[in-house]
Amino acid sequence: MQISGYSVIHLNVNGQEVSVMIKPSYTLLYVLREKLSLTGAKSGCNNGDCGACTVLIDDMPVKSCLMLAVEAVGHKITTIEGLENAAIQEAFVRSWGFQCGYCTSGFLMVCHALTKYNPHADDTIIEEWLQSNLCRCTGYEEIENAVKSIITNHIEV
Amino acid sequence: MESQLGKDIVRVEAKDKVTGTAKYTNDLDDSPMLYAKLLTSSCAHAKIISIDTGTASAMPGVKAVITAKDFYILCGSLFRDRPPLAFNKVRYFGEPVAIVIAEDEEKAKKAVDKIYITYEPLTVVNSISDALKKKPVLIHEDMMSYKKSITEVYPEKGTNICHHQKIRKGDMEKGWDDSDVIMEGEFSLPQSDHAAMETRSTRCIVMPDENVIIKSSSQVPYAIKELISKYLGIPEGRVIVRVPLVGGGFGGKATVQLEVLAVIAAMHVKGKWVNLTNTREEDLVTSPCHLGLNGYIKIGAKSSGKITAAEMRFYIDTGAYSDTSPKLAKAIAVECAGPYHIPNIQCDCYSVYTNHPYVTSYRGFGHEAHAFCLERTMDKLAAKLGMDPFELRLLNVAHDGDLKPTQVKVTTSNTGNITECLNRLRNLIKWDEGSRIVEGNHIIRAKGISCLIKTSDTPQNAGAAAILTFNSDGSVNLNCGAVEIGPGMKTTVAQILADKMKMNIKDIFIKMEVDTQSSPLYWKTVASMTTHMVGYAVINAAKDALNQLLNLASIALRCPVSDLDYENKMIYVKHDPSFYITFKDLVQGYKYPDGNSIHGPVIGRGSYVMNHLTILDKETGKGKAGLSWTVGAQAVEIEYDTRQHTYRLLKAATVIDAGKVINPKTARGVITGGMCMGLGLGTCEDFIYDENAITENTSFRTYKMIRYGENPKYLVDFVETPQIDTPYGSRGIGEHGIIGIPAALANAVSLAAQIDVTSLPVTPEYIWREKTKNDSV
Repeated sequence: MQISGYSVIHLNVNGQEVSVMIKPSYTLLYVLREKLSLTGAKSGCNNGDCGACTVLIDDMPVKSCLMLAVEAVGHKITTIEGLENAAIQEAFVRSWGFQCGYCTSGFLMVCHALTKYNPHADDTIIEEWLQSNLCRCTGYEEIENAVKSIITNHIEV
Repeated sequence: MESQLGKDIVRVEAKDKVTGTAKYTNDLDDSPMLYAKLLTSSCAHAKIISIDTGTASAMPGVKAVITAKDFYILCGSLFRDRPPLAFNKVRYFGEPVAIVIAEDEEKAKKAVDKIYITYEPLTVVNSISDALKKKPVLIHEDMMSYKKSITEVYPEKGTNICHHQKIRKGDMEKGWDDSDVIMEGEFSLPQSDHAAMETRSTRCIVMPDENVIIKSSSQVPYAIKELISKYLGIPEGRVIVRVPLVGGGFGGKATVQLEVLAVIAAMHVKGKWVNLTNTREEDLVTSPCHLGLNGYIKIGAKSSGKITAAEMRFYIDTGAYSDTSPKLAKAIAVECAGPYHIPNIQCDCYSVYTNHPYVTSYRGFGHEAHAFCLERTMDKLAAKLGMDPFELRLLNVAHDGDLKPTQVKVTTSNTGNITECLNRLRNLIKWDEGSRIVEGNHIIRAKGISCLIKTSDTPQNAGAAAILTFNSDGSVNLNCGAVEIGPGMKTTVAQILADKMKMNIKDIFIKMEVDTQSSPLYWKTVASMTTHMVGYAVINAAKDALNQLLNLASIALRCPVSDLDYENKMIYVKHDPSFYITFKDLVQGYKYPDGNSIHGPVIGRGSYVMNHLTILDKETGKGKAGLSWTVGAQAVEIEYDTRQHTYRLLKAATVIDAGKVINPKTARGVITGGMCMGLGLGTCEDFIYDENAITENTSFRTYKMIRYGENPKYLVDFVETPQIDTPYGSRGIGEHGIIGIPAALANAVSLAAQIDVTSLPVTPEYIWREKTKNDSV
């Protein structure tokens, strides 16, 4: 269906099939927030620098401000709203892994993906993964503690 | 019942923040909304010859295009020098010139691109030295005609100086005569940014009944209400400000900037919500940033190391508009001696206009910049005297009875114990193993230290209030004006309330949003004062509610109030606790067995203001700028590569006198976060301007901050010297982690590389230039 440059796409978001009317230029972040009211992913720079908008595409972290919504068609999209009592959420609470909370959705999704993808990640790998995101409140100590509490204890993710 | 103080209580909004349900301003659903976009200046200093909005106004979906021609006022919380939209001339790159309001962001952005402006460039004032030239280019030709909002703004006619703060104490001639050695230094650090992860976001609607409702990511909802009312002549009660969770503030959201533009926009499309949200680029450049500072310090000391005199001059790169700069100048002057006793001292601190983005409050409130200058000088003095940097500092620490530069007497209560902080820091960072250790393989490990000190520098009448209401099960609702910007202040005040009411914190429900129509005033969520000020208001509200409950219980239990005590939502007779009544039977008034009822709902109210603060004397700075100080000692340890002039951050340490730690894990997090931000200032953060004063690094791609893994290992320890006039003896700690870190880092690098670090950030390029500046080409 087309109405003056708009088209309808079907996305799989947090296990549900949704249909959205979009322009080709819409980013995934814009569609998630403005069309699907999933405001967990944040806009921090719209430039791929801060990672506050990170979501998972087929379980791997992606900056949703750098991905067009149409590119996500046919893939499994997971936002923070799609996590159900994931161990990393509790770890962030237990470790004081956030203050203002604005970067949390993004950081948490990166950490969640890492703990699933590489449950035995060493310091270097953790650093490689987490350098993608920025936090301005903490000094990263608590985020490190949160992710390592899962990786080193081999908690079921 | 066990107190909730000193416990690691998880913040009340924690679950919302790990599930993505926590809402920040731009997450709120106010659809249908219109969107506003700014056209900002492409020049740093230029006359506006013409603005053609014709094409933009006619574009589809565009509701209004506004320029200063449609709307001209002057804003400024201290000194009214800033038109919200540039009028006749622009004074910095990124300054708002026009607003477009359209049906969606895309249409608004497209219309912004179709506004045509003709500029006539003026000579740019691109540095403090440009601004201070003998015959300077004036950025504000009409400066002396601007209105002051407070007494303490002292502009100097015919200059770019919008404020001059003076400190004069003791006898300078005697001070220099008494000295055996003199140490001088000149320092500078550039402007930088708060870079809170949430960009500033505001939305506004002007209702048919003329109410103006504003939602904003702000630290200062009450200041928005007052200033919008004052600027626009709207009755204050008609301005309603709502602030949900805020994604980091650091002082950057403590000024009223974007809100004025949003209100102006909403006034042109009445009855519709208008959303004005900064892009990251706008947030960095258009909205206000962190000060730049040039400092000159001359210290005289006896050969024993005892300081006898100091003369200091500081120039704040204020940027195009004054905003908070006069208060920053005051704060730096007030604390010019740092935590040291300097019997004879003279300080001049100037707020200087330039064609840079304008500056506002920032974590540390100027102390982080001042400490860099002073603490570098202390290390240089120690080196000249052949003294250990710790020993020099310990020798000069101010003690009970010494006079501060403002001539306020130091007491243990108002200042805490810096000696203890220094002593503990010395052990914590293993200073005695050596401060410069050659590890081999071109690696040198080095440590640098710094003291930190800060007072509140609040307005004399800054106030706080709290209101308690009760639920029918006896639990309490706490409503206060503190905004949750990150440090967990809502949880802290809930802990204080739980302690005072001797209740479980689970029975306390705190309103997260601040709504100026229903939440009682809290001056501003700034200055590390929330635990102190709102904490006190909450204590007073608890006392008020308990008084009412005890009086009601004395009627119900038929005994004097003096026989009663309370705990866990119950009031009981002390000598026979089997006689008791629960809160739930009292909080909505007491009902006799026959149904007769008395009192009605219990409401606790509490207020607080600091007493005896004064306006400082214009000529000497004598007076009281804050009730007390928080002091501490900090260190940074680095590993320096002598071949590449690069270094790694190994450790950052803080020992701070917190008076009383209310929530240990939260307190540690606030301190380590502050240290990380300080390391950013020290190692990589700065705005870079080209020769036309155009900011070159306007995104996070080019504006560098510390990322995961670049951070050092953190060491934190707390001294607890109670302050007698605060809740539980606590002292402010919110900002303080940042203050001494740039200085400690600079001292470590100076020692490691054997250079004199005089400007920030300390990049490998800077070190290389310093190391090779005397080499022949």
